[in-house]
Amino acid sequence: MITHDVLVIGAGLAGLRAALEAQWQGADVAIITKVHPVRSHSNAAQGGVNAALEAGDSWESHAYDTVKGSDYLGDQDAIEICVREAPQDIVELENMGVIFNRDETGKLGTRNFGGASFARTYFVADITGQAMLHVMYEQLMKEQVRVYEEWFLTDLVMEDGACVGVLALEIRSGRLELFRAKAVILCTGGLGRVFEPSTNALICTGDGMALAYRVGAPLMDMEMVQYHPTTLKSNGVLITEGARGEGAYLLNASGDRFMSYERYGATNAMELASRDVVSRAEQTEIDEGRGIDGCVLLDCRHLGDELIRTKLYQIWELALDIANVDLTKEPVPIRPGMHYQMGGIKTDVIGATSVPGLYAAGETACISLHGGNRLGANSLLETIVFGRRSGAAAAEYAAARDFAALSDAKLRDEDARIQQIMDRPANGERTAALRLEMGQAMDRHVGVFRDEAGLQEVVDVLQGLKERYKQLPVENRGKVFNLDLVFHLELEFMLDLAEVIAVSALDRRESRGAHSRTDYPERNDDEWLKHTLAAWSADGPQMSYLPVTITRWKPEARAY
Amino acid sequence: MAIEARLRVRRYDPESGGEPYYQEYETSVPEWGTVLDALIQIREEQDGTLTLRCSCRSAICGSCAMKVNGESALACKTKLVDIAPDGETVTVEPMGNQPIVRDLVVDMQPFWDKVRAVQPYLQPDGPPESGREYLAPNDAMQHLSGVMNCIMCGACVSECTVLEVDDKFLGPAALAKAYRFAADPRDDKTQERLVDLFDMDGGMWDCTHCFECVQVCPKGVEPMERIVKLREMAMDAGLEDHNGVRHSKTFADSVEHSGWLNESQLAVGSFKLTNVKDQLGNMPVALRMLMSGKMPNPIHRPIPSVREVRRVFDETERQHQQQVAESTSQKEA
Repeated sequence: MITHDVLVIGAGLAGLRAALEAQWQGADVAIITKVHPVRSHSNAAQGGVNAALEAGDSWESHAYDTVKGSDYLGDQDAIEICVREAPQDIVELENMGVIFNRDETGKLGTRNFGGASFARTYFVADITGQAMLHVMYEQLMKEQVRVYEEWFLTDLVMEDGACVGVLALEIRSGRLELFRAKAVILCTGGLGRVFEPSTNALICTGDGMALAYRVGAPLMDMEMVQYHPTTLKSNGVLITEGARGEGAYLLNASGDRFMSYERYGATNAMELASRDVVSRAEQTEIDEGRGIDGCVLLDCRHLGDELIRTKLYQIWELALDIANVDLTKEPVPIRPGMHYQMGGIKTDVIGATSVPGLYAAGETACISLHGGNRLGANSLLETIVFGRRSGAAAAEYAAARDFAALSDAKLRDEDARIQQIMDRPANGERTAALRLEMGQAMDRHVGVFRDEAGLQEVVDVLQGLKERYKQLPVENRGKVFNLDLVFHLELEFMLDLAEVIAVSALDRRESRGAHSRTDYPERNDDEWLKHTLAAWSADGPQMSYLPVTITRWKPEARAY
Repeated sequence: MAIEARLRVRRYDPESGGEPYYQEYETSVPEWGTVLDALIQIREEQDGTLTLRCSCRSAICGSCAMKVNGESALACKTKLVDIAPDGETVTVEPMGNQPIVRDLVVDMQPFWDKVRAVQPYLQPDGPPESGREYLAPNDAMQHLSGVMNCIMCGACVSECTVLEVDDKFLGPAALAKAYRFAADPRDDKTQERLVDLFDMDGGMWDCTHCFECVQVCPKGVEPMERIVKLREMAMDAGLEDHNGVRHSKTFADSVEHSGWLNESQLAVGSFKLTNVKDQLGNMPVALRMLMSGKMPNPIHRPIPSVREVRRVFDETERQHQQQVAESTSQKEA
């Protein structure tokens, strides 16, 4: 048994920031992560990070943009905390070493981003996430925080209703280990692999959400899945919103900037309306036959070679490598693609879940900062603000408690459970095939537009997949670096989460934010200005509701 | 349009007790398919034991560096149509210079130990008095972003010809990382960093300029160029007592003087004259060269157009001084 005061699960930006804070607060902290920290998916955030730091900007403006972007489903107390603390966190990042873009006086410079009424996005070219993640990992090396690299979490350990540790598999050796802790912070990121395609990395399998759900922490607003407006058709890879932030156009087959059409309600912001609005417009263009081969076009040509090659060089390379398109010479075909889960483990503003000792931060959590639709460049912000807050809260919680007495029985039981999976006879089924069926069904029916029939179909498909999962074998029988086993365990997590998403989407009979029901096309504040909450039961997700915290911004019609 | 991919993959299973071997696979991938797409497809549809690291599929996480047809690359950035347009067999092997764990997975612990050895974090002189950001020129930040582009994939280390013979060498990735801090106008420990890397066994002078790291780096970081910069910064900072410095200076002096390299002078000048041991160490080589008629002519005459060469030197020196002045003023700002 390994013992630490605070265990942080996941080593993306939220996890690294949480661990740093917990260590600074005096806790004995360790990180458990299934990939090396710099392989985490925070890397892929391209465009930037928001904060109202410039003269002329205000936290109120940032808060309002976020509330409006959320389609009034964001909790305004959480939003206020986040945007008020944002400037100090950005300064801290810079002081740690992030090489943010500067203006001509040497101060931090900004760029425009979608849904924002002020240029408040701080950035490092189009590698902002990578630049931040690597610097945060540098700080971790500096502070010598213990990291268990390439360990996969198989379960949370509960005692008297509180989370008191975890069970994890060392991938390199195949050894299962019991970790005892006073507090656990889940920073396991998103669940993109539940959908196919997705902009997300292959590691984004929602592990923390599924584990928390299983031990009784409810998942909130899981129907709110963001489809990003600009992803490459071939493999779903992301093209940053920074491109439109720098002035790129969206064109349909006849070369029209369709965001100017009255019907899309974005005649002012055009391409820089919030993501749900732009994705719906694109999907409508495609569905009504004004697309090109299932796509619309992103046109950067008028931005000029110089700007593209200095501020957008990663996507210039990606478009060239993957789509064979030189952005300086021709528009690139793009379409909406699954990108981000606004929902997650319900937490309060210090990251505490409803389970004592269990905290969550980053995409895995739902505070709720993003409500029905996340603004670009608010996710990196969320990781550092709420990573920090959850790290402090978990350290404080741990300082006031003793370790639970744990026996090795939990380890033996888990070992036996995994051995039973390993011993299943081959039956012709493959993990990847089941995942693909799930992902394609989710993309088809739980995408930009949804309706009751499609959602019900997905729920049925998932039931079938869950049955098949019970007999699913593991092909690789080895101990050393058995990723086949890891993928198998991840699939169980994803099937639970897919079900929660589909059931929550069936439940919310209105259209709000990223959740567009063609059978309920209007937002319905009278009945649905509330959070959906899904709790685990043997019969599937049990739905309940929570009021939205509204402080000063009353719901209005949304136009950009 | 789909393309047929034929892959020959080096397999190794430490639990089997057997030696590494090659296994051939065939699969069909879309026309934009990469080596990684093919490997994932094989893993998912044919052979669940095939083991590799990969995650983002877009050259940002750094997980999938491996050798493709003998050269280190990110599998996700290597399109099949570019390397096997007619369906040729593509050989895939784990990275070099790093212990193999299983199949294409290597142990990167030594890699990270070396990164840690360069104090890889900003060390400023206290927080800015403003309570805000450090002021820094955008040019300096953009220059650093070229180095920060490094995703720590290990491709450079895999190809490093020095590491093949000397595992103490810090290697291209760690030294590029060291340069990133030494060149950061906000860092206050530049001098200490340079002194450390200057004197250290395996530090800045052990690179042999083979260009392999520059060629294979999938992110254009050019590690070797950063190592050269570290040397320049060290010499500009007044660090001189190293055979590497003597070698560079003797080399440059010879060319500036005569327009071409005086090889005998280089052999002698690369070591301190008082360093009897190393000077004598040259003797056996010199004797062997003499015996096989390879000893350079001791009379070393300038080439006819030596003035042109000297003008190149003057201009280079002028530009260099200008750069030094600029970077000093950045540090002060």
